[in-house]
Amino acid sequence: MAYALQQLVNGLTLGMIYGLIAVGYTMVYGIIGMINFAHGDVFMIGAFIGIIVITALSGITAVPLGLLAALIISAALCGLYGFSIERVAYRPLRGSFRLAPLISAIGMSILLENYVQTSQGALERAIPNLIPGGITLMRQDGFAVQLTWMQIAIMAVTLVVLAVFTYIVTKTPLGRAMRAVEQDAKMAALLGIDTNRTISTTFIIGSALAAMAGVMFLLYYGVIDFYIGFNAGIKAFTAAVLGGIGSLPGAVLGGLLIGLIEAFWSGYATVAYKDAAVYSILAIVLMFMPSGLLGRHEVEKV
Amino acid sequence: MTILTVANLTMRFGGLTAVNDVSFTARQGEITAIIGPNGAGKTTLFNCITGFYKPSSGSITVVHGSKNLRLDKLPGHSIARKGRVARTFQNIRLFSGMSVLENLLVAQHNRLQASTGFGVLGILGLGGYRAAERHAIELATHWLAQTGLLERADDPAGALPYGAQRRLEIARAMCTEPLLLCLDEPAAGLNPRESSALNDLLLSIRAGGTSLLLIEHDMGVVMKISDHIVVLDHGTKIADGKPADIRSNTVVISAYLGEDDEDDAPLAGATP
Repeated sequence: MAYALQQLVNGLTLGMIYGLIAVGYTMVYGIIGMINFAHGDVFMIGAFIGIIVITALSGITAVPLGLLAALIISAALCGLYGFSIERVAYRPLRGSFRLAPLISAIGMSILLENYVQTSQGALERAIPNLIPGGITLMRQDGFAVQLTWMQIAIMAVTLVVLAVFTYIVTKTPLGRAMRAVEQDAKMAALLGIDTNRTISTTFIIGSALAAMAGVMFLLYYGVIDFYIGFNAGIKAFTAAVLGGIGSLPGAVLGGLLIGLIEAFWSGYATVAYKDAAVYSILAIVLMFMPSGLLGRHEVEKV
Repeated sequence: MTILTVANLTMRFGGLTAVNDVSFTARQGEITAIIGPNGAGKTTLFNCITGFYKPSSGSITVVHGSKNLRLDKLPGHSIARKGRVARTFQNIRLFSGMSVLENLLVAQHNRLQASTGFGVLGILGLGGYRAAERHAIELATHWLAQTGLLERADDPAGALPYGAQRRLEIARAMCTEPLLLCLDEPAAGLNPRESSALNDLLLSIRAGGTSLLLIEHDMGVVMKISDHIVVLDHGTKIADGKPADIRSNTVVISAYLGEDDEDDAPLAGATP
């Protein structure tokens, strides 16, 4: 019981990070119908900007202030990355055949990985645990269920970020424009919405979310390298597909599920096969629900 | 006063000339109807005017006061904003996953966005945003009332019955506050009662100062409400004049009766 509770806590924390990345995948898919394979690498760059800012500020400011600065700077710079990636690699290919932007995305992903590898080095980078300690939820048979401050911080930040994001999408003119372009880009343009600008904004927001996920990944694990974007990206992509690609609540739900599956599988079966477990569940879900858990069934109008 | 001038417009798709050297003008405060058998090029002409297609040659000019604007030179999203031209579609294109009210607010995106300092102030609810949003909701409410959709404001647009979706499309186009409204077969699929309500709606839009350009097969609607009719056949203009002149025009009658387009109601049945 206590052990299961511990896995639940770990899984939820991990799942929230996946959920944040998955939101970016699903937004971009919704609005231009392509899988942005460079998204995982924006997450990785976010983590690197986080480590640079935290290292630079360590000893100068208080820890919470430093972390806040890392989150904000990383989100801002990665928003810029997202904007540039779309401008350079995807916009020129819009209207071209479907595979072209996909290939371009894979190329962009490799480019970003190599760029960080050469500029930051191929070695792992580590930071100490900045928010040590935590609270003990319960004790049973000598096993203490720990909820660390770090986990609380990650969950709190994720919930705040998702709340702001949900507000933007559902209540503001910007969010309405994004949803309108997603449903019918040409019609939105006819009503005076600048679709290119809306798509750019989508990339900026998605990348900023990925950057914050990157910083939290860094804080949680304490170790990053230039290759973390690949695995996290694929996991988050899986989460987006599991939840129903194009659906924002689906992305968060998918992320949480992937996090939980991973934690429970690692806790009860073997750590070595945790990824296999995640992908098997994805395959099973898609067999019975091809559009994912919360995905819409696309009805093709003739 | 002229609001729209189409001059020598030609649109080719590969070897097919869908619109061939068509010129006409639409006058301000009037309802101009474009009619013609199926495949005459009416919708293609509309698509050129509203920026869906870039014409192969010719020009499309709107006149706002003393200013002339070339629509064929504007990027797609500026046609609503700068050109102040709005349109509806033959096959309805609502944002079906959004609520009825949201559909109308999206149409007012530009004004709302400008008042929010491009989103930043809007998120904080500052600046002129609140006032702008109140104004946007007022305008939306006005058109919901005009189209009889006030009770359905919070329903998803896709859940409305067909006739209501048509009216919502018109309401949405009107929320962009256009000077010229282009309607592509607004009466298609409506029953006689809905069709007569549509006539009243279009006449009230005209009374409100918006000029209309109308593609319509329902001759009852065309003859009753239009001030001016342009007839196309095989991509070329074959007649242009007042409804009474068009009804007795022999070229028009033979274009309608002389072909095997069984879908088209002959003009003879159009006498109200």
